[in-house]
Amino acid sequence: MRRNKELEIYIHIPFCVKKCDYCDFLSGSQDEATRKIYVEKLIEEIRTHNKRNRSIHNEKVITVFLGGGTPSILEKNQITAIFDALRENFDVAEDAEITIEANPGTVTAEKLQAYKKCGINRISFGLQSTNNEELNLLGRIHTYEEFLESYQLARACGFNNINVDLISAIPKQTVASWEETLKKVIVLEPEHISAYSLIVEEGTPFAKLYGEGCPGEHDLPSEEEERAIYYRTEELLEKAGYHRYEISNYAKKGKECRHNLGYWERKEYLGIGLGAASLINNTRYKNTDDLLYYMEHASDLSAIQENVEKLSLEEQMEEFMFLGLRKMEGVSVDEFENTFGKTMEECYGEQIQSLVQQELLKQKNGRLLLTKQGIDVSNYVFGEFLMACQY
Amino acid sequence: MAGIDQKKIRNFCIIAHIDHGKSTLADRIIEKTGLLTSREMQAQVLDNMELERERGITIKAQAVRIVYKANDGEEYIFNLIDTPGHVDFNYEVSRSLAACDGAILVVDAAQGVEAQTLANVYLALDHDLDVMPVINKIDLPSAEPQRVIDEIEDVIGIEAQDAPLISAKVGLNIEDVLEQIVEKIPAPTGDVNAPLQALIFDSVYDSYKGVIVFCRIKEGSVRKGTNMKMMATGATAEVVEVGYFGAGQFIPCDELSAGMVGYITASLKNVKDTRVGDTITDADRPCEKPLPGYKKVLPMVYCGMYPADGAKYQDLRDALEKLQLNDASLHFEPETSIALGFGFRCGFLGLLHLEIIQERLEREYNLDLVTTAPGVVYKVHKTNGEVIELTNPSNLPEPTEIDYMEEPMVKAEIMVTSEFIGAIMDLCQERRGIYQGMEYIEETRAVLRYHLPLNEIIYDFFDALKSRSRGYASFDYEMLGYEKSELVKLDILINKEEVDALSFIVFSGSAYERGRKMCEKLKDEIPRHLFEIPIQAAVGSKIIARETVKAVRKDVLAKCYGGDISRKRKLLEKQKEGKKRMRQIGNVEIPQKAFMSVLKLDEKK
Repeated sequence: MRRNKELEIYIHIPFCVKKCDYCDFLSGSQDEATRKIYVEKLIEEIRTHNKRNRSIHNEKVITVFLGGGTPSILEKNQITAIFDALRENFDVAEDAEITIEANPGTVTAEKLQAYKKCGINRISFGLQSTNNEELNLLGRIHTYEEFLESYQLARACGFNNINVDLISAIPKQTVASWEETLKKVIVLEPEHISAYSLIVEEGTPFAKLYGEGCPGEHDLPSEEEERAIYYRTEELLEKAGYHRYEISNYAKKGKECRHNLGYWERKEYLGIGLGAASLINNTRYKNTDDLLYYMEHASDLSAIQENVEKLSLEEQMEEFMFLGLRKMEGVSVDEFENTFGKTMEECYGEQIQSLVQQELLKQKNGRLLLTKQGIDVSNYVFGEFLMACQY
Repeated sequence: MAGIDQKKIRNFCIIAHIDHGKSTLADRIIEKTGLLTSREMQAQVLDNMELERERGITIKAQAVRIVYKANDGEEYIFNLIDTPGHVDFNYEVSRSLAACDGAILVVDAAQGVEAQTLANVYLALDHDLDVMPVINKIDLPSAEPQRVIDEIEDVIGIEAQDAPLISAKVGLNIEDVLEQIVEKIPAPTGDVNAPLQALIFDSVYDSYKGVIVFCRIKEGSVRKGTNMKMMATGATAEVVEVGYFGAGQFIPCDELSAGMVGYITASLKNVKDTRVGDTITDADRPCEKPLPGYKKVLPMVYCGMYPADGAKYQDLRDALEKLQLNDASLHFEPETSIALGFGFRCGFLGLLHLEIIQERLEREYNLDLVTTAPGVVYKVHKTNGEVIELTNPSNLPEPTEIDYMEEPMVKAEIMVTSEFIGAIMDLCQERRGIYQGMEYIEETRAVLRYHLPLNEIIYDFFDALKSRSRGYASFDYEMLGYEKSELVKLDILINKEEVDALSFIVFSGSAYERGRKMCEKLKDEIPRHLFEIPIQAAVGSKIIARETVKAVRKDVLAKCYGGDISRKRKLLEKQKEGKKRMRQIGNVEIPQKAFMSVLKLDEKK
């Protein structure tokens, strides 16, 4: 008998009321009719997975993450239909963590109650800032007050696992204005807080405003200020009972996001919907990000799957390191050996020694983890594990 | 083929100032004589090096044989040898000339006689060639053929009244040129039955045929099976094939005899056995003495060349050997640098020569190179009376051991239209030039004479000259000898460590300025590290300039794009890829570009 494997599922909803000026995720505003067809196609894709892929069918789904875009833009019956299809075709564990991303201003009591019925037990609110001027600058459609309303509503509907997304280092932000945001969120006592530093991504309106050589370039906090904000974040949140478990993620004990941890721990996950990425059987692939094409071919998996890459042993090791090290607890030396049949030492001895010497990594209780300085320059640290292994 | 009448052969070359249309005329001659149809013609047939076409210059001498049916009803065999125009390649020019009996002098109908026109004519006259002028570009609105004809007669002193007035570009009056070649270029002389005496004027390496020797048969004949001997190296080999030059191809024939130009292949193992300028004879029936050959040229500019990938050291050596085979002016010897590892100290005729060799190594031999700042040969007089010729700044003795130093000077002639005289004089002044005089060749054009230190002109003097005269000035120089000078070694320290590959010798009065520019340039080229990196310029123990590369405080990817790990991996790989092309000095990674950037210090001018 085959043992049940664990599987995570990500479902992408590429729609927003309006795309934010810094966002480079796959999303955009689309009319109701398009959204309706998309949901139908999404359900077709879910069904196809069942028919086509036996190995997935045998697996137990431990987390579901409905992300976007803004999934909460969908009607409650659309969400219900998606979950009905999901449960018909996959074996979702009873204690699965099921998250939906929601934007303040797009949720109603009816929607929240419907979520509850679907088994959704975690809500992730994209707040970003409690300062309305900052929200406006980011191109967000909601105010802090609207967020408060949505948040309270979710609490009233019985959601006891809520995340609040925040963005730091936005133009003209000061340590003081950031502290205010943090403090206002802390008093609400969400179970989880994600605090990302803004990255000005190419191709976004922000890149034209704040990119290199652009007029607003100097409105962005300097590297030093950005780091000060980051250090302050940990200090304040730690004091309030949140521990940092990943570079940008903080949670109360036991409330870490299992779905995201799965990414860092290389758990298998299936991405459903436009542009969704998957890792199945050490093969990575992505669905097409062409909306019209997706809607035409959603039930033909081989047509929509792109960039299929079978990971070599070496690539798997690299991922183990550069993904695992994002977690504050780092990577386990034993687990590496159990997984790959080679010791971490023989694969990366030289790199580790040098990084430990530079005080970017440290060893503790059989684990290897980033130091405080290591976090600041983590890309450099991760880079050292690429194309380095001789095996 | 043995029956070719010597009287029907014309061996000639085309000489001209750069851009006066030498290669275009060669193309037209080839096209008119029907060697290639115009459809097959590719612009500049003889410039078959990719680099030559791109830069629009001729670097290597090229030869081609064509058949021309003249107005007298006879068929003539033309051997046309194309030559380079730039001063750095005078050596190549003189080699080609030795294979010819006459030269076509191309002069631009608008620009008239230029510095290189004169220099090349003198070279041709040195080789006893008959010079036949041709006025090109008469289709230009600014063409003044009669003025140029008069100028040729006045300045050069050769008969030019009946010079063909042509436009090589549009193919106008090319027939006149062909007829005059028959009339004015003398047929070769030489005894077909005398012992073999042939001059090697070039050679190339072919991976199928091995070494291919280009030669001019002066006396006797050579055929397959001849047991040939190189008189200077003493190497002997049996001739495998002889032939002549088609357009872009080698065409075998039975025999090459006195007066002919062609190629020889033989079972020669070692590329060093065939030295350009050497004389080939018949080992079984040798001639009495070798031909005069060429004046040995000494490299004037030196720099270090290192393979970017240390494992390619042997490949670089092989490539340099092959290039040296037909470029005797290229000089190299092994050296090591703390910063760059194993490489070669190479000697060149000038900066263009250096650039060309570098590009050929990169393109034709697929090598990635790191080049150090070029320098000249300094004479260091030590207190113990010893004199050393310094080609590598790293070998400079301790200051206490140095009595004084000398640097090479050149005698420069700059031809310029009167409106730019002031600008050019300023330039020469900045470059420590000593004014020697000026004379007007005609109303609006003058020759300026200066004595200049060679190390002031090897960098970018030529470019500066062109930009300050809007391209009108031309420049020629010859070595003058050594003069005592105040010279210092400028060292660059990166993160407090001296980088030997960046050291160079400089006039003490310019040290501060150079040091400052070096630091600025390096600051832009060296990526930020996890720690702060001071970049310092020092003379001895004295720091004269400093810049700082700030430390990276932050390099974090906050968000991870859902499960799209491939995207993250690509970002990391891109970052890693950039590092591969860097050199590790101490704990600083220096991009190879940084070593090269200091070559173009004055770019912003």
